[in-house]
Amino acid sequence: MVALIREIGWLTVRFVHHLGSLAVFAAHILRAAITPPNRFRVLVAEVYNLGVLSLIIICVSGLAVGMVLGLQGYNTLERFGATGSLGAVVGLGLIRELGPVLTALLATGRAGSATAAEIGSMVASEQLDGLRMMSVNPVHYVVMPKALAMTFVMPLLSALFIVCGLAGGYFVGVMLMGIDGGTYVSGLETSVEFEEDVVGSFLKAVIFGALVGLIATYRGYNSEPTSAGVSAATTSTVVVASVSILIVDYFITALWGV
Amino acid sequence: MAGEDHRERPPTGGGAESHVVFEGVHMAFDGRPVLRGLSCEFPRGQISVILGGSGSGKTTVLRLIGGLVHPQRGRILVAGHDVSRLSETQMYGVREKLGMMFQGGALLNSLTVFDNLAFPLREHTTMSEPTIADEVHRQLAAVGLRDVDHLLPGQLSGGMVKRVALARAIITKPEILLCDEPFSGLDPVSVKRIEALLDGVNDQLHITMLVSSHHIPSTMRMADQVVLLLENQTVVGAPADLRRSPDPLIRGFLTEEVADQRLEPAALGGAW
Repeated sequence: MVALIREIGWLTVRFVHHLGSLAVFAAHILRAAITPPNRFRVLVAEVYNLGVLSLIIICVSGLAVGMVLGLQGYNTLERFGATGSLGAVVGLGLIRELGPVLTALLATGRAGSATAAEIGSMVASEQLDGLRMMSVNPVHYVVMPKALAMTFVMPLLSALFIVCGLAGGYFVGVMLMGIDGGTYVSGLETSVEFEEDVVGSFLKAVIFGALVGLIATYRGYNSEPTSAGVSAATTSTVVVASVSILIVDYFITALWGV
Repeated sequence: MAGEDHRERPPTGGGAESHVVFEGVHMAFDGRPVLRGLSCEFPRGQISVILGGSGSGKTTVLRLIGGLVHPQRGRILVAGHDVSRLSETQMYGVREKLGMMFQGGALLNSLTVFDNLAFPLREHTTMSEPTIADEVHRQLAAVGLRDVDHLLPGQLSGGMVKRVALARAIITKPEILLCDEPFSGLDPVSVKRIEALLDGVNDQLHITMLVSSHHIPSTMRMADQVVLLLENQTVVGAPADLRRSPDPLIRGFLTEEVADQRLEPAALGGAW
């Protein structure tokens, strides 16, 4: 019993320690973001790596989720004779919740893990030490552009996911189930509010992007300089970021009704 | 060949100004001591080789000088700066006087050879791109590499990586060059090539060079001073002096003698 309490205590201490380290790391990134020289070219390259190279998976996943949502939504609404509300159901579900959350989870799996692995391998191969010896801050050159790029691309990817999802829902509802196309679109148009739904979705995606960017770069930067360390950093990035997204999503939804 | 001393050098010790000084430096990792009160000096403009077995602290000495790690006790003076007390931001100013050639090269994998060499110039100078290109090509030619601009580090052989790393380390014309195991993993021809390059850099640019190595033949040929890290002592001297030393530990290390010990079957766990 004592051993169990000791273990819980030790895990709690480690958790708080990591939380503090993460906060300090975030402060370093923010300071690097406002300190010259500007890393615009590196940032653009990272936007390409994290965003453009994720387009296909986001589009395909968004389409699939929209189609499933359309199918399940139709089946459920049919019981209540409310199939005309399918557009609203698909739209609100995607915009308020599924778009930002699923996009963040997909980005974590693809881009977040790749980021952690890349930085971790740079640690193991002394590339970050090489930067330090050339009087270049590795947080400024490597970490900050990746974290900022992830924060920037997440809302864009989320928007693309939502659009593809709406298209998927339209295809299932209108093309396959026979709902009137105008009914689908007008239901979507009347139920979705810009400030409450669209802006809220955008802000969620930005927060998730910052979270994934921070966790992925932190884990990679602090990984052990071995192949096992890089592997552990990659795995923990996906797990920690995914769980964090879901927990933060709850608090955002509960506190601000987004 | 071990024992041969081809390098003509001025006498060490007397009158040579110290560029790097270690005073009572203690360094441990996770409670395991690596350096125990190391005190030595590295003369300006000369090649000092830090010799020792695996785990003796050779790389640690270089990393301490570069401020990548800090000692638990002691002082390290690099060009007059006490780097054992400086913050990371303060170290950036000192590092502009340093160049480091890492054991694995530490080239940036996402950049081509050209961009790797141009990187420090773009970061710290206002040189135009044509001037940078000229300097990069000059340095690559100096290390015997041509037509490699477009290659990524992953496409280079081990010897080529070392030469590109050396070129990058000296392209900013540092006062002090740190070389971590420059001969490791190389064939004998490549070892001689790297050795010749390091000699040439020292001769032409008069850079203070600190080389960590366990490659004794090259050490004895190129070093002006040897700092030998043994388990319980540190020995500093010219290669010729160390070769003449009566101390069996020193002689044993320099002649790479290994005690001939026949293993009894019991020691093998009865595997056969």
